Amino acid sequence: MSEMVLLGDEAVALGAVHAGISAAYAYPGTPSTEITEYIMAYSRRNGGRPLASWCSNEKTACEEALGASFVGKRALVSMKHVGLNVAADPFINAALLDINGGIVVAVADDPGMHSSQNEQDSRFYVDLAKVICLEPRNQQEAYEMTREAFDLSERFRIPVMVRLVTRLAHSRAVVRVGEPLEERLLHKAEDRKSWTLLPAYARRRFKVLLDKQRELHAFTEGSAHNRISLSSDFDEYGVITTGIAENYYMENIQELSYRPSHLHIGAYPIPEGKVRRLADCVKRLVILEEGYPFVEKYLRGIIPPQIQVDGKLNGRVGITGELDPDNTRGVLGLKERRGGAAVPGSLPGRPPQLCAGCPHTDTYNALRDALSGYSESIVTSDIGCYTLGALPPHNIIETCVCMGASIGMAKGAAEAGFYPVVAAIGDSTFLHSGITPLVDASVSDVNMTVIIMDNSTVAMTGGQQTVIPSEKLRKLIEGIGVDPEHIREIIPLEKNRRINTQILREEIEHRGLSVILAVRECVEIRRRK
Amino acid sequence: MKYDVILSGVGGQGVLSVGAVVALGAMKDGLEVKQSEVHGMAQRGGAVVAHLRISDKPIASDLIGRGTASVILSMEPLESLRYLDYLADGGILITSSEPLRNIPDYPDIEVILSRIEALPRYRVVEASALAKEAGSSKTKNMVMLGAASLHLPVKPESLRDAIREIFTVKGEKIVDINLKAFNLGREK
Repeated sequence: MSEMVLLGDEAVALGAVHAGISAAYAYPGTPSTEITEYIMAYSRRNGGRPLASWCSNEKTACEEALGASFVGKRALVSMKHVGLNVAADPFINAALLDINGGIVVAVADDPGMHSSQNEQDSRFYVDLAKVICLEPRNQQEAYEMTREAFDLSERFRIPVMVRLVTRLAHSRAVVRVGEPLEERLLHKAEDRKSWTLLPAYARRRFKVLLDKQRELHAFTEGSAHNRISLSSDFDEYGVITTGIAENYYMENIQELSYRPSHLHIGAYPIPEGKVRRLADCVKRLVILEEGYPFVEKYLRGIIPPQIQVDGKLNGRVGITGELDPDNTRGVLGLKERRGGAAVPGSLPGRPPQLCAGCPHTDTYNALRDALSGYSESIVTSDIGCYTLGALPPHNIIETCVCMGASIGMAKGAAEAGFYPVVAAIGDSTFLHSGITPLVDASVSDVNMTVIIMDNSTVAMTGGQQTVIPSEKLRKLIEGIGVDPEHIREIIPLEKNRRINTQILREEIEHRGLSVILAVRECVEIRRRK
Repeated sequence: MKYDVILSGVGGQGVLSVGAVVALGAMKDGLEVKQSEVHGMAQRGGAVVAHLRISDKPIASDLIGRGTASVILSMEPLESLRYLDYLADGGILITSSEPLRNIPDYPDIEVILSRIEALPRYRVVEASALAKEAGSSKTKNMVMLGAASLHLPVKPESLRDAIREIFTVKGEKIVDINLKAFNLGREK
C-alpha cells in the first residue's frame, strides 16, 4: 500500500483506475475537471490505458460510458453538478438498464458557487433515478468509495453516483491506495430487452428497478458508511451529518461538554432505519449537510412530527453558500469564534478578470464599437472566461444561463421582434450545446448575429483540448445551412479593431443569420507552448 | 501539534504551487496535511485563497476556522489583509511587499503597509528583488515559501525535496531557480 498526496478529484480518478476502468469520459467543468486530467496523465504513462477523453458534453460522455458498460467494461463519467442536467436523460434512464460493466458517475457540486451559475444538489437526481450515491467526506473515502461504487454498480446492476463538493474536489490530502484491478474482458450484455427501453420492455425494467429498492435500502442500512453512535446520557438533541459536513462537526465537537447521538450518512438511499433509531432517543435533531436540505426534507416522512428539526429549512443553518467550521457552530450552541484581528472594512474587492492580452477583450471592444450606433441592443452570452464580459471594464454581455443558451435566447429575442441581437459564445461551449440552437436559427434564417469566440481551447477550466479543432468550425457551420457569405472571420487584435468593427457592423446590418468566427488562441495556452 | 496556514494572493501568483509544495513536504515528514484551494473562475486575476492544515493527528475539516490560523502567508500585501480574521492571537502575517495593482481602486500602499505593521507579529519580504536574484521573477512564491519555512513545522529539506519533485517536469533549470529562490527567502 502506498501513500500519495491527492486532490479529492484525483482520489476519485485513481480509485476508478484501480477499479479497472477501461474508459473515462467527461466534459471539463470546475470543480470536476481534475478527475479526467489525472486519468489522462496516468494513461499517458501507462501506454494509453485506460482511455480518457473529453467529450462534446456530459450527455455524450454518459452515453459513451453506457456503451462501455453494455460490452462489459467499467467506465467512469465525471462532470460538474450542472453537467448532470445535460446528462440527466442518459443518467436517469440508465437506472432502468441491466448495467453490465460497472458505471460510476462522479459529480462535483459547487455549493457557494465558486465557479458555477447555481448550487444545485445532485443528490436529488439520485433520488429521482432511484440509484445509490456514495458521498465521501475526505480524500481517502473518495478513493475507496469510487472503487466500491464500481462493485455496487455491478452487484445491483445500476449506475452509481459518487457525489463530491468543491471543498473536497479541490482539497489535497494524503491517500493510502490499494492494489489495482485488471480491466474487465469484453462481455456483451446478454439480454438486449434489458437495454431497449421500448415502453413494453421499459415497464418491465421499471418494475425491476422498483423491486431493487428494498435491496438498495438494505445495503445502505448495513453500510459502514452510515455510522450511528448513540449517547446514553444526553437526549436533548442528536446530530445527522452527511459527507464533508461531518468534518466541520468534528472540528467543533471538542468544545461540547457532552456527546450527542450522531448518525453520519455517506451512502444513499437514506438509511431510514438508522434515522428512526436516532430519532427514538433524542428530542431534537440537528442536520448538517452540504448543499440543499436533502436529508432534512426527507426526514419529515420518517420521524415523529413532535421532533424538532434544526437545519437549513428553519434557518438554524444557512441555506445558501457552503458550510465551514464557523457557520456550523451556532446550531450546536457554540459561540462565534473571534480572531486576533478584524479585516479592515475598506478593502476593495478583487474580482476575476480576463488576462492581459486576452482575445475576448479585443472582440468585446470591436463589438462595443459596432453596437454604438444603435439606441438599444442585446448581447446574449454563455459560460466561459468571456462571461467576465459582464463585469467592468467590459460591461457588454447581458445574459448567462446555461451552456449554449446564448444562441437559443438570441433567436427567441430576435423572433420576438428585437433588433439588433448578438450572441457571444466560446468555441467549446458552442460545440457542447450551441450547435443545436444554431440549427434552429439557420432553418428560418433568423435576424441575429452569432460570434463564436474561438480561442481553440476550453480556457476557463485550465485549457483542455476542444473536441474538434478550430479549422473545422467553418465547415460545420456551413454544413448546418448558414449562408457561407455570412460566415465571416475576424482576428481579435487591437490593431484590427476598425476592420473588425466594420465586419461586425456589416453582419449586424445583414437581415438574417450571420456567424462571426473571432479566432485567436488563448494567451494562457500560447504561453504554455 | 496543529498548524493552520492561510495562503493568499492573486490568481497567477503561484499560491497553489506553494500549497502543493508544503503539502508534499509535510507528507515527507510523516505529517497529516489538508490543503484546500480554488480553481476555475475564481483564479482569473482575482483574489485567491487556499487553506493549508498540518498536524501530527488526523485532520477533520479542509477549511480553517476563523481566529485559529498560525500563519497568513500572502504573495501580495492587500491580499494579506483580506483574511485577517482567520489569524489566531499570536499568529504571524508574512507577506510580499510589492502590490499587484490590477484593480482601479487599489489603496495607497503605505496605508496597507501601516495596517500590517500595526499587527503584533508580521514580516514583509522584498520578494521581487530576491526572485530576480534567484533568476526569475516567477519564483516570488518560492521566495515567500522560503521566508515562511522558518515558521512552518516542516523540515526545510523536505520542502526542498518537494520543490524538486513538483518542478521536475519543467526541467532541471526551473528546479534550480526555484530552490535558489526558496533558499534566498529563507536566509534573507
